[in-house]
Formats: sequence, structure tokens, C-alpha cells
Amino acid sequence: MDIPYIVDERPDTGLTNVKLGIWLFLASEVMLFGALFSSYVLLRLMAPDWPVGAEVLNVPMGTFNTAVLIGSSVTMVFAYASLQMDNLAGFKKFMGATIGLSLLFMVVKGFEYNHEFEIGNFPWTSTYLAIYFTMTGLHALHIIGGVIVNAYFLGPGSKMWETNKTQFTNRIEAAGLYWHFVDLVWIFLFPVLYLL
Amino acid sequence: MSDHVQHHIAVYKKVAASLAVLTVLTVAVSYLDVSVPLAVTIALIIAATKGSLVLSFFMHLLEEKKPVPLSRGGIGLIIGSLLVTALFFLVIIFIPLMGHSDKIGTYFSLPNANAPTVETPAAH
Repeated sequence: MDIPYIVDERPDTGLTNVKLGIWLFLASEVMLFGALFSSYVLLRLMAPDWPVGAEVLNVPMGTFNTAVLIGSSVTMVFAYASLQMDNLAGFKKFMGATIGLSLLFMVVKGFEYNHEFEIGNFPWTSTYLAIYFTMTGLHALHIIGGVIVNAYFLGPGSKMWETNKTQFTNRIEAAGLYWHFVDLVWIFLFPVLYLL
Repeated sequence: MSDHVQHHIAVYKKVAASLAVLTVLTVAVSYLDVSVPLAVTIALIIAATKGSLVLSFFMHLLEEKKPVPLSRGGIGLIIGSLLVTALFFLVIIFIPLMGHSDKIGTYFSLPNANAPTVETPAAH
């Protein structure tokens, strides 16, 4: 028995299963990061003192990483648009760029973390560092997950293009929605941790 | 279909440029010498603007189909779910604060010998 509404939209909602599914998943992720943002607000308001983010963290590196991640969101949406225009080569190019930029983000994050460890700043050193490492760490895990999924779609997953173009395009749309969400979290995380 | 996508691509480029400008603005504004609440407000407004651009244009939230048109009260399943999520997000941000609103500006410490026991105003 075939599962309905994988490729066809359900008439009453206008949605396919994947679209509803991914948006509901993103809603749950909003609560996950929301809980951490809430913790940050409470910890900061209750603390006797709080360091100036720019004095602990490297703002130029953070800004560069913000540009890199936004860039990866742009290449992701162009990958999806390529599939909509029946251009597999374009999709592969832009998806490759998305993965490349994501890995660059992780490398820069690695340098930032390493620098903190070298000067003795660990998650247990202060409340500020605890919330910094927790939030950026969880965000980094989300990036790694996204990279794995995107790499699958760039590699073995792209075989579906030969048998069911619409379903593959829908999958890339879902992957794109997840990726934009990861970018969205960073758009809020960067000013909160680095600039405020 | 192709024109539709071409139009989208033009929009993506404009949104990408706007995001770049807003990122620069985010950092530039952080150098202004304003009070913490004002700095937080400005930062959140800029971040929310960037976020809305990503949500509306990259995530196509503006185009989500509404089986019932907006004029007749249709907001669609996805936007409806997100509104409920937004409500709960506000709850999760503000409920813990409301529980401690009498202590804002004072030390919040676990009972231990070195902690100040007198409530004194904290500077942050």
C-alpha cells in the first residue's frame, strides 16, 4: 500500500507529508533552543556581574562565521532553485558549496574553542562560558547533523533524481528548511553571546 | 515554472544582500554606548528583521498555501503551528523570569558560606 501525499499535496491542507513534518520538527527545535535562550536570560539577570562578550570572544571571527553561515543558507536555496529548474549539475555545485561553507564554519568554531581552552576558559570556568559553550555546542551539533544529511543528498541520495524528481526536490526543500533554521538560530545567538 | 523560479532567484539575491548589510549593522550598532536594555532591544530588532527575511523568503513562509484565503480567516496549518509555537516560546522565556521578578537586580546564589546573604543591588 502506498503512503499518500508524499509527492501530491493533500487537498485540505495544501501540504505534503514532508513539508508538514519538517515544519513541526522545526517548531520543536524552537522550543529546544528557546529553553536555552530562556536559561541565558535568567542566568544573566541573576548574576552579580556578567562579562562583556566582545572582551571574552573574538567578534571579527564571529562576524566572519555569521557571514559564512548566511552564505551557506544562500547557496542552499540556490541548490533548491536549481532542482526546480531541472538543473542537477547546478544543484550539485550549490550543495557542495553549502557543505563547504558549513565545514568552514566548523573550522573557525574549532579555532575559537581551541583558543578559549588554551587560555584556560572551559565550560566550568564561569556561568557565561558555560552558557556560551552549551549553546554554541548544541548549535554545532546541529550543523554536523545537517552536513551529514546534505552530504548524503549530494552523494548517494541524489540517485532518486533519476526515478522521482519531485520527491527528491521535496527532500531538498526539507533539508533546506532545516538548514535555514540552523542559520536562524545563529542569527540570534551571535549578537546575544558576542555583542551584548 | 521557470519564470517563477527566475523571479525567486532575483529575490534571493536581494535578500542575501540585505542580510549582509544587516549583519554589518548588527556589529556596528554594538559599538554604540547605550544602556543594556536598549542595546538588547536594538540587537533583537535587527536579529528579528534578519530572521523574518530568512523565514519569509528562504523558507518560503509567505507562500505557504492557505486552503481558505486569508480574507476568510485562513492562516494555514504551518503558520498556525508556528503561531502556537511562538506563544509557547514567549511562555518559556517569560515564565521563569516572572518567578524570579522580585529578585532581579539582586544576587542570586546558592546557599554557601561565601555567598552574600544580604540582598544588595547588582550592577550589570
